[in-house]
Amino acid sequence: MTTRHADDLLILNGVSKRYGGVKALQDVNFSCGRGRVHAVLGENGAGKSTLIKIISGVVQPDEGAMMLDGATVNFRSPAAANDAGIVCIFQELSLMPDLTVSDNISISSPPRKFGLIDAKAQRLRAEELLATIGCEDVNPLMRIRDLPLSRRQMVEIAKALGKKPKILILDEATSALTSSDVEKVYAMLARLKAEGVAILYISHRMHEIEALADDASVFRNGRHIETFKKGERSNDEIVQLMIGREISAHFLPKPAYELRKPLLEIRNLSWENRLHDVSLSVGRGEIVGLGGLDGQGQKELLLSMFGVLKRVSGDVLIDGVTQNLNSPIAAKAAGGGIALVPEDRKTEGLMLPMSIAENLVIASLDELSSGIFVDETKVSAAVADAIKRLKIKIGSPDDAVSTLSGGNQQKVVIAKWLMTRPDVILLNDPTRGIDVGTKQEIYRLLRELADEGAAILFYSTDYDELIGSCDRVAILYDGRIISELQGDAINEKNIVAASLNIAGQKSTGGTHAGH
Amino acid sequence: MPATNTSDFGLRIRQNMGFSISVVLFAVVYFLYHLAHPKGFSSQVLVQNSNEVFSLAMLAMAQTVPVLLGGLDLSVGAIMTLVDCLASHLLEGSGSSVGFGLIACLLAGALAGFVNGCVVVFGRIQPIIATLATGAVYMGLALFLRPIPGGKINEDINWAMTNALGDFAETVGIFDDGKAAWFQPIAGVPTALVLLILVALVTWVPFRRSVTGRTVYAIGSAEGAAYMSGLNISGGKLAAFTLAGLFAGIGGIFMAIQTSSGNADIPMAGAYTLSSIASVVIGGTSLLGGTGGAIGSIFGTLILKVISFNFRVFDIAPLLQPLFEGLVLLAAVSLGALSILRVKNQLELFR
Repeated sequence: MTTRHADDLLILNGVSKRYGGVKALQDVNFSCGRGRVHAVLGENGAGKSTLIKIISGVVQPDEGAMMLDGATVNFRSPAAANDAGIVCIFQELSLMPDLTVSDNISISSPPRKFGLIDAKAQRLRAEELLATIGCEDVNPLMRIRDLPLSRRQMVEIAKALGKKPKILILDEATSALTSSDVEKVYAMLARLKAEGVAILYISHRMHEIEALADDASVFRNGRHIETFKKGERSNDEIVQLMIGREISAHFLPKPAYELRKPLLEIRNLSWENRLHDVSLSVGRGEIVGLGGLDGQGQKELLLSMFGVLKRVSGDVLIDGVTQNLNSPIAAKAAGGGIALVPEDRKTEGLMLPMSIAENLVIASLDELSSGIFVDETKVSAAVADAIKRLKIKIGSPDDAVSTLSGGNQQKVVIAKWLMTRPDVILLNDPTRGIDVGTKQEIYRLLRELADEGAAILFYSTDYDELIGSCDRVAILYDGRIISELQGDAINEKNIVAASLNIAGQKSTGGTHAGH
Repeated sequence: MPATNTSDFGLRIRQNMGFSISVVLFAVVYFLYHLAHPKGFSSQVLVQNSNEVFSLAMLAMAQTVPVLLGGLDLSVGAIMTLVDCLASHLLEGSGSSVGFGLIACLLAGALAGFVNGCVVVFGRIQPIIATLATGAVYMGLALFLRPIPGGKINEDINWAMTNALGDFAETVGIFDDGKAAWFQPIAGVPTALVLLILVALVTWVPFRRSVTGRTVYAIGSAEGAAYMSGLNISGGKLAAFTLAGLFAGIGGIFMAIQTSSGNADIPMAGAYTLSSIASVVIGGTSLLGGTGGAIGSIFGTLILKVISFNFRVFDIAPLLQPLFEGLVLLAAVSLGALSILRVKNQLELFR
C-alpha cells in the first residue's frame, strides 16, 4: 500500500456522501499525485461515480474536506471545479447536438474580438485541439448531431483539453472509441502526464488499466479499500478486493438445475454498435439473469426483444417460431406474449398522474373490453386480483399512482404486465431503488411465475440478485455475451471476473461462449 | 466517415437546408411575380411590397428568438399592437419630441419582452402559456391607449419611411435633397427594405455571435448540457425574450408610421402572431429549438407574402390563398420531420 504524500495534487480526507438513506461514500481518504495516472476500480454501486462527482463539483460532500494544491477547496458547481483546473469527461456526453464542433469545444469561454465571438479564432482553436488527439478528420463546422458516437467522444475529449486541466478525469471515456482512437488518446494522456497533469481513470477494461495506470484504488460499498502501485497486485487479487460485501437480501432456495427445452431463443442478434451477435435461450420455467457492468448492451438486448429498436439483425424465436418484433404491440402479441418491465418506471413504466387502477389495466385493455368500451366490472375484478396477488399497499385503487412508494410503484408495473399473462417476461433492473422487503417479494414472485411456466430474462446491476435468484447467468461485455454461468459457477468471483473480461479466470462448470 | 473533403460552403448549405430552400423558393416566385406584374421591376412595386412585408418580418424575427430556446411567444402580435398604439400618441409632434417618442416606443417593446422573460425564468412557467397571459395583458393596455382607432403620426416621418430612399433624402434634406448624382442609382431602393436590413445587421448579426446568443442556441439544443458547461441559463432566456420584445416593438412603430394611426385590433394581433410562427418554420428554424435563425425567418415572411402578391397579379381566386399558405407551411414542417426516419431506438422519439 502506498503512503499518501502531503504534496499530492488532490487529497480527500474523510469524505462521505449520503443519498437519502443510502451511503454512497463513507469516510473516503484518497489522493492523487502530479504526473500520475490513477485508476479507480469497483463494481456497480461501489461509489466510483459519486467520488468523481464530488471531485468535479457536481455534488457536494456531506462530510470531509478536499484539498487541491495544498489549499482546501469546496466546489459549488462544475464550473467552479473547471476554473480550478479539474475537468471531467463524463460518460453521458455534455455536448450540445445542434451546435457545431467548434462552438461546443469553446462553449464556456470562446475567443472574442470586440466582445463578439471570433469565429475564425474559435475554429483554429478547435482544429488545434482536435489535432492534438489525432482527430483531423472532423471538420469543426460539422454539427455534433451529424457525427457518429465515436467522433462525438473525441470532441468531448478535445473540449476537456481546451480547459487546460490540472486534473483530468476520464469516466469510461474510451468505451465508445475505436481502437485507433484509443491509441491516440493514450498518446495524449502520456503527453499530459509528462506535463504534470494528474489523471483519474475510471474504466472496466483491465487491459487498459494495466497499460496506463501508475496507481490504482479499489472501492467497495462506498468505501475506499486499498490503493496500490502498478504491478503490486495480480488480477485475481484485484477481483478479491472488489467483491466480498455483505449479502443484503435473502433468497429462496433454487431448484436443482435441469436442462430445459428453450421457449425463448435469441439467435445472432446485432444492433448498431451496441449488440454483437448475441445468442441466448431461456427455457420454460427458467430464470436467466443478464449481468455485467452497466451499459454493456443489456438494456438494448431487452429493448430489441420488445420491438423498440429498429433495424435489428438476427432472429427471436418463441416455441420455435420466428417472431417479427417491430413494435411493442407486436411484442405483446408474439407467441404467448412478451412483457417488458422497463428501466425507468417513472417515464416508461407508469403514467404517474393516472390512477393505480388505470395503470394496472393499461396494457390489457383489449381483454378487459366488450366492443369498444372498457368493461368496468371486469376491470375492477382484475384490479382487485392484481392488488391482492402482489400485496400492493394502497389506499384506494383510484388514487394517483404517484402517491405510492417506489417499491409499490414497481409492483404496479409488474402487476400491469402480469395481467397480460405473458409467456416471456423481460425485466430491466426491476429492484433498483427498492427496499429489501419488496425485493424479496419480487424474487418470490419471479420464481412462482417461472414455476407456472414463464420464461424469465432478468437484467440486474446487483450481483447478489443474480446469484440468489437465477438458474443461469449470461454476462455481457461490449455488446457480446462473453460468459454463461450455471449452477455453482454462479458466484461473485466468476461474475466480477467475467464482467471485467479478465481472460483465463478459473471457471467451475461454466460454459464459455468467448470471442 | 465524416466528410473532410466537402467544402465548408457545401457543409453550411447542407446544415441550413431549410433556409437555403426558402431563399431559392422566394427568389424564383418573386421573379415570376415581377415578370407578370404590369409595372414589374419598378421602384414603385418594390416600395409597396417592402412596406407590406416590414412589420411581419420584424415579428418573425421576434418569434425566432424564443423558438430557438425551444419555446413559443404568443405575445409578439400584442406587443406590436401595444407599441403601435403608444406610437400613435408619441410620434405626433416634431423634432426632438418625436426622437424621444421613438426611444420610448423601443423601450416599451423591450420592456414587454423583458417582462415575458421574467415570468418564464422566475415564475418557471412554459413560454407558451406565460406569453398567452402577458399577451392578453398587453392587448388590454393597447385598448386602454386606443379604445377606438385613431391618433396621428408626424407626416414627414410617414412620407420618409414608407417610400424610396430618394424621398427619404428629400424629406430629411441630405444629399442635395436626394438629387446628388452619386445617389441616383440607389434612390429607388425602398426605405423600409433598407431599414429591415439595417435592423438585422445591427441587432441580429452581433447577437448571434455574442456569448448570450450562443447561450440561447445551447439552451434550445440541450439545456442540461448548457447548464453543465457553466453557461448563464437565466440570463440567456431573459435576453431572448427582451430581444423578441424589441423586434416586435420595431414592428409596431412601423405599423403606426405606415397607417398614420394606432389601432388595438385584436384579430389582427392574433393573425400576425400565427403568421410569425409560420414564417419561422418556413424559414428553417426548428420548433424544438437550437437550429435556425432570424434571417431565415425574414425569408419565411417573404415567402408567405409573395404568395399573396402573386394572387393579385395572377388571376387566382383569392379564397384559395389560405389553402396555398397552409400547403407551403405543411411542406416546410414535413421537411423538418425527415430526420425522424433515421432514429433507430424508437423510445427516443418520445423523449
